Amino acid sequence: MSKIIASAAIRGAHKIVSQADQKWRQAMEKWGGSEPAGFPNTAYYLPVIYGILGIKVTKLADMEPVLKQCQSLLPPPVKETHPLPYLAPALDAGMATFFAEELIEAIRYIEEPDFYTKQEDPTADNIWLGAADDVILRKRGIEFVDGTAPGFAAILGAAPSKEIAAKIATELQQKNLYVFMCAENDGERFSEQLVQAGVQIGWPTRLVSFGPDITAAVFAIGFATRVALSFGHVEPGNYRKVLIYNKDRTFAFAMPLGYVTDEWYANAAGAINFGFPTIADTPIPEVLPTGICTYEHVVANIPHDKIVAKAIEVRGLKVALSEVPVPVAYGPAFEGERVRGEDIYLECGGGRSRMVEWVTSKRMDEVEDGKVEVVGPEIGDVPADSKLPMAIVVEVAGRQMQEDYEPILERQIHHLINYAQGVMHIGQRDIAWLRVSKTAVEKGFKIAHIGAIIHAKLHQDFGRIFDKLQVKIYTVDDKVREIINKAKAVYAVRDARIEGMTDETTDIFYSCTLCQSFAPSHVCVVSPERTGLCGSYNWMDCRAAHEINPTGPNQPVPKGEILDSHLGQWKGVNEFVFKASRGKFDHYNFYSIIHDPMTSCGCMECIAAILPMCNGIMTVNREHMGMTPCGMKFTTLAGTIGGGISTPGFVGHSKYNISQRKFLSAEGGIKRLVWMPKSLKEEIAQRFNARAKEIGIPNLLEMVADETVGITEEEILPFLEKKGHPALTMEPLM
Amino acid sequence: MAGVEKKSIDPASLKMIEKAASDEVSLAFDRAAALKPCPIGAEGSCCSNCSMGPCRIPLPRGREETPEEKRRRRGVCGATAETIAARNFVRMIAAGTAAHSDHGRKVTEVFLATARGKTPGYEIKDEQKLLQLAMDFGVEIGDRSNEAIATDIGQIALNEFGKQEGELLFLRRAPLKRQELWRRLGVAPRGIDREVVEAMHRTHMGVDQDYQNLLLQGTRTALADGWGGSMMATELQDVMFGTPAPVFSQINLGVLKEDEVNIIIHGHEPQLAEMMAVVAQDPEMAQYAKSKGAEGINLAGMCCTANEILMRHGVPIAGNFLQQELAIVTGAVEAMVVDVQCIMQGLADVAQCYHTKIMTTDPRAKIQGASHIEFDEHNAVESAKAIIKAAIDNFPNRGKNVQIPKEKSDLIAGFSHETINYLLGGIFRASYRPLNDNIINGRIRGVAGVVGCNNPRVTHDMQLEMVKELIKNDVLVLQTGCAAMASAKAGLMVPEAATEYAGHGLASVCEAVGIPPVLHMGACIDNSRILMAATAMVKDGGLGDDISDLPVAGAAPEWMSEKAIAIGQYFVASGVFTVFGVTWPTTGSKELTDFLFKDLEKLYGGMWAFEPDPIKAAQLMISHIDKKRKALGIDKARERVLYDMAMRRELEAV
Repeated sequence: MSKIIASAAIRGAHKIVSQADQKWRQAMEKWGGSEPAGFPNTAYYLPVIYGILGIKVTKLADMEPVLKQCQSLLPPPVKETHPLPYLAPALDAGMATFFAEELIEAIRYIEEPDFYTKQEDPTADNIWLGAADDVILRKRGIEFVDGTAPGFAAILGAAPSKEIAAKIATELQQKNLYVFMCAENDGERFSEQLVQAGVQIGWPTRLVSFGPDITAAVFAIGFATRVALSFGHVEPGNYRKVLIYNKDRTFAFAMPLGYVTDEWYANAAGAINFGFPTIADTPIPEVLPTGICTYEHVVANIPHDKIVAKAIEVRGLKVALSEVPVPVAYGPAFEGERVRGEDIYLECGGGRSRMVEWVTSKRMDEVEDGKVEVVGPEIGDVPADSKLPMAIVVEVAGRQMQEDYEPILERQIHHLINYAQGVMHIGQRDIAWLRVSKTAVEKGFKIAHIGAIIHAKLHQDFGRIFDKLQVKIYTVDDKVREIINKAKAVYAVRDARIEGMTDETTDIFYSCTLCQSFAPSHVCVVSPERTGLCGSYNWMDCRAAHEINPTGPNQPVPKGEILDSHLGQWKGVNEFVFKASRGKFDHYNFYSIIHDPMTSCGCMECIAAILPMCNGIMTVNREHMGMTPCGMKFTTLAGTIGGGISTPGFVGHSKYNISQRKFLSAEGGIKRLVWMPKSLKEEIAQRFNARAKEIGIPNLLEMVADETVGITEEEILPFLEKKGHPALTMEPLM
Repeated sequence: MAGVEKKSIDPASLKMIEKAASDEVSLAFDRAAALKPCPIGAEGSCCSNCSMGPCRIPLPRGREETPEEKRRRRGVCGATAETIAARNFVRMIAAGTAAHSDHGRKVTEVFLATARGKTPGYEIKDEQKLLQLAMDFGVEIGDRSNEAIATDIGQIALNEFGKQEGELLFLRRAPLKRQELWRRLGVAPRGIDREVVEAMHRTHMGVDQDYQNLLLQGTRTALADGWGGSMMATELQDVMFGTPAPVFSQINLGVLKEDEVNIIIHGHEPQLAEMMAVVAQDPEMAQYAKSKGAEGINLAGMCCTANEILMRHGVPIAGNFLQQELAIVTGAVEAMVVDVQCIMQGLADVAQCYHTKIMTTDPRAKIQGASHIEFDEHNAVESAKAIIKAAIDNFPNRGKNVQIPKEKSDLIAGFSHETINYLLGGIFRASYRPLNDNIINGRIRGVAGVVGCNNPRVTHDMQLEMVKELIKNDVLVLQTGCAAMASAKAGLMVPEAATEYAGHGLASVCEAVGIPPVLHMGACIDNSRILMAATAMVKDGGLGDDISDLPVAGAAPEWMSEKAIAIGQYFVASGVFTVFGVTWPTTGSKELTDFLFKDLEKLYGGMWAFEPDPIKAAQLMISHIDKKRKALGIDKARERVLYDMAMRRELEAV
């Protein structure tokens, strides 16, 4: 009965708040109020406190009002007979718990700066990762937005054995969920159990070892809060929106394994505010009536072999499972897993040998659907730690099939192979690289399974555009060379064709509203010369996606009458945007940063911003953590302009878009680019230089400042002047 | 003493009824037995509106009336049975509305005086609600002081009573569809007083003689009560005295104390009671009580005043309407302090047999044989002190003939509609969503308001049988007034009652939230809180787009006052199916009765019903609730919806 839960949660909240209070007093004494406090590399301060209360904690002294809030939220204990209503006070106590836990963890970052690894992976002697920084948030957040990861399981405590822990983790991974882990039960911790069982943990495998204590549960809630702030563009302090957003859109739940302490109950109560229910393996009381969560609030005593399925049902989540005929686990959660050193059984490509992947169309009678042929040695034919050349040739046929779809299908091969547990894939075309682990081989994985994966998954996802598919995998060098030569010729034709497409000569653009699951008013319209800001969707991808799913998020948008060729505005696009943004926007421009730029969801690869003093534009990619001359880091910029709004002076775009002809052409295009991070310059140099040459300034890239020149306008201006950057002599931006 | 058991089902009351008999005191129970109700008046067939009459035109007894008889059944002026019953009915509405609204006006006057700093002792307690009202009334907030804002609100509020044109501001709180309906039917009230005056005019000899047209004005008058005077009273009382929040207390005659000065505050308006509650805590008063040989001062409430100070301070309740004389019969009450409404003149007679002083305090309500100590809001503290002192002075006069029944029950009260909103989700997720959700999923079948009075024509407190039947069938019950007290005395207003009395579904929700299955929402004036709760349910979505779509019903099983008819009519006109017990005042006209019991549903989506048996009445309510569930398509279990990404994209932004 829920009185027991409420009583325990309130007791737990009292304990955690008083722990926070004590820690804060000691810290104040030791370091003083002006000591900086916060989580590393984030623009969201202590995110739950910032998102719910709107308070920016940047130093120890800022914690005082938060502690006062906690105190005022803490209800008196629940009376045994004739208690006053307890649900609401328990929920309030749960929120106080989260605020207090953030304070405790922030103080830990001051007290023990190396307690957490502060990166995506565990290190040799430390598995605790701590709070996710904004780079991780952006990178992983997109998976939440596009559905590759529908939510997360917050696991508290430990399973009865490491085998059960590994089984639960794999099952959650197979359902594409992130697993956020904290707290201990009876001296055991779920994260440690996974390591003991030989499971690879860390952000790349979605098994996130946040911290050893219950207070690390707040990192999971902080992640959810930031998803609402960044992708949902909920203003900080609008607690109701933050919470309802998460209830509706982040499919998370708590899974306490083992004895549920008062502190665990307090966290569970807090999570209910976010619409995250609790599914426990112990016989704790249940709260079944619905309303705050979508379905039940607390469900108990679920056996370990049923707990994942039950959790998903209680949270109201539908997960489309891929049935792929391979002897290893399969799903997006295994994409980030690495195969290294001792564990490598077979390696292809990556500079050690040749490797190529090529999708090509055939006549219907030339393809036998489902046929997989391995020409050359199979895994069983070579010993461990072998290297082989490899050519994967996918031959497809079908009435709907077009040449344009070949590169789209080809690009899938990378992640489809990577989804297999124990198989690692990097790159594409003739720079592909494959590793198969000993563990996978022990389970029976063969080269032929690569063909089986490609056949099964492409049929599942792209079945509408082809009818038959067969795979030939060559592992003999002469054959591989031959394929590489053929493929290279095709690549060149493909590149020329897409390069030749222009917005003027194309009447139909495509929408992308994939991100509306998280940014409901955002609408991307993708034209040949303005690819999606996430970098994942170009015009061709959208067109194919529409063929595959005619009612899906990619819809044809007849651009209609041109209203402004300079800014890039069309009547048909405006009409579509008005409808698809649910009336929030009635127009925007494709080619301008200043005049009503296109909306940004939160997934952007880069953000451009104007630099008035330099009469130019800078752009920064999301991997860059440092300060930029516009006075904001990427993460702050993203927080300001993301969430489906249009912000004059700022716009999200893809890396590829920088070297497209229409990139901010209303303001003068790349001639305006005065600053980019060094790493981005290096990454896009080839295409950038080609474009620069086209406009007659072949050494433009050298004139673009980066962080080694400066991170303020004042610092970079002399450099631009010295280099004679063209932006300085262009007409004034503002 | 045969037949005593039938007078009440409350053991404490039965004991005092017996004691009164042995003390040879005449009670309302005895007078009801001795004085049969006038059969012609009871069916609404007596017209005394002019001196050509009174005209008595009863239906023939025991058989169907012939068409010829019906033609001849007219008053001297030719008024038909329909017109006469309708006029009587509308006059009851007018009187009830006048009572609530005059209460509202008094509160408004005190509120305005408080805003202007003219009433030391009163203050603006609930700032949040003040600002809500400012927004409702379009009063500028900016960085103005609470007092300045309150002054504007008070003036606008006061204007609502005397307004001649337009429509009452609170109507805009109702669901949009309901507002449009009222406007279309021409029943949106213009000003509170104007509707009462026009109702009295139109029921005067020789004016409105079309019963349907009369009922339109009756409706407009009733709406001026529920969405006007009553709501104004509740809202401004909350701002001044605090919006109720859950509070523990006790109820029944057992709350009286052997060794303390027992003061009962009885009536309806809270201004005096609030001040008494404060002043009774004053050490000076306690000292004074000690000097007279008492251990302390024990304040207890009765009738709706009791509900007011229970909801806000947890002051215990001595009993409901039919216990007012019984409290004096204990011989332990030093003073019964009264203001307005539902105060039996018989009190003065009963008090003569004991030492109790009946003190009237309001210039509008004096009683022969009672002492009058006028309560002045501008000098509230001193007035309250004078009253309490007079009570203490009476303590030494307490006689030997004292018998305080042991019975008292625990209760949790204080469920304002704002508090329910909070309780269902906490500060951060407050909403009616969990209520709607659990109605949709069937754990809660529906919601019933069981309100009203006591009536010695039926067994006292028998209405709790209705409440038990409703909660047994998973209907959440909201209560006000004397009806609430019947349930509280029977132990239905503690959270543990859910497991004992409620159906499994309702019990599971009550248990999750920690609430009783029967929620005390305040005094009879606070029925406006039920209107607001119903509106909040509509606005939260999933249960239709008007109050008439909700699976809800109302009842007043032991009604007696004209206020009850006004309340019933505004509930019906707001779209609620409403069942009354005891007797029905229009049975003299079959046409009018059919109109009220059937045709009103087509107009308002709500209608009246009459059923004196509380269990049968509960079943009528449940079948109405089931009818509404069916119309909403929530009568069958639904499949759990699992969400994929495409469905998440379809969601509207919050």
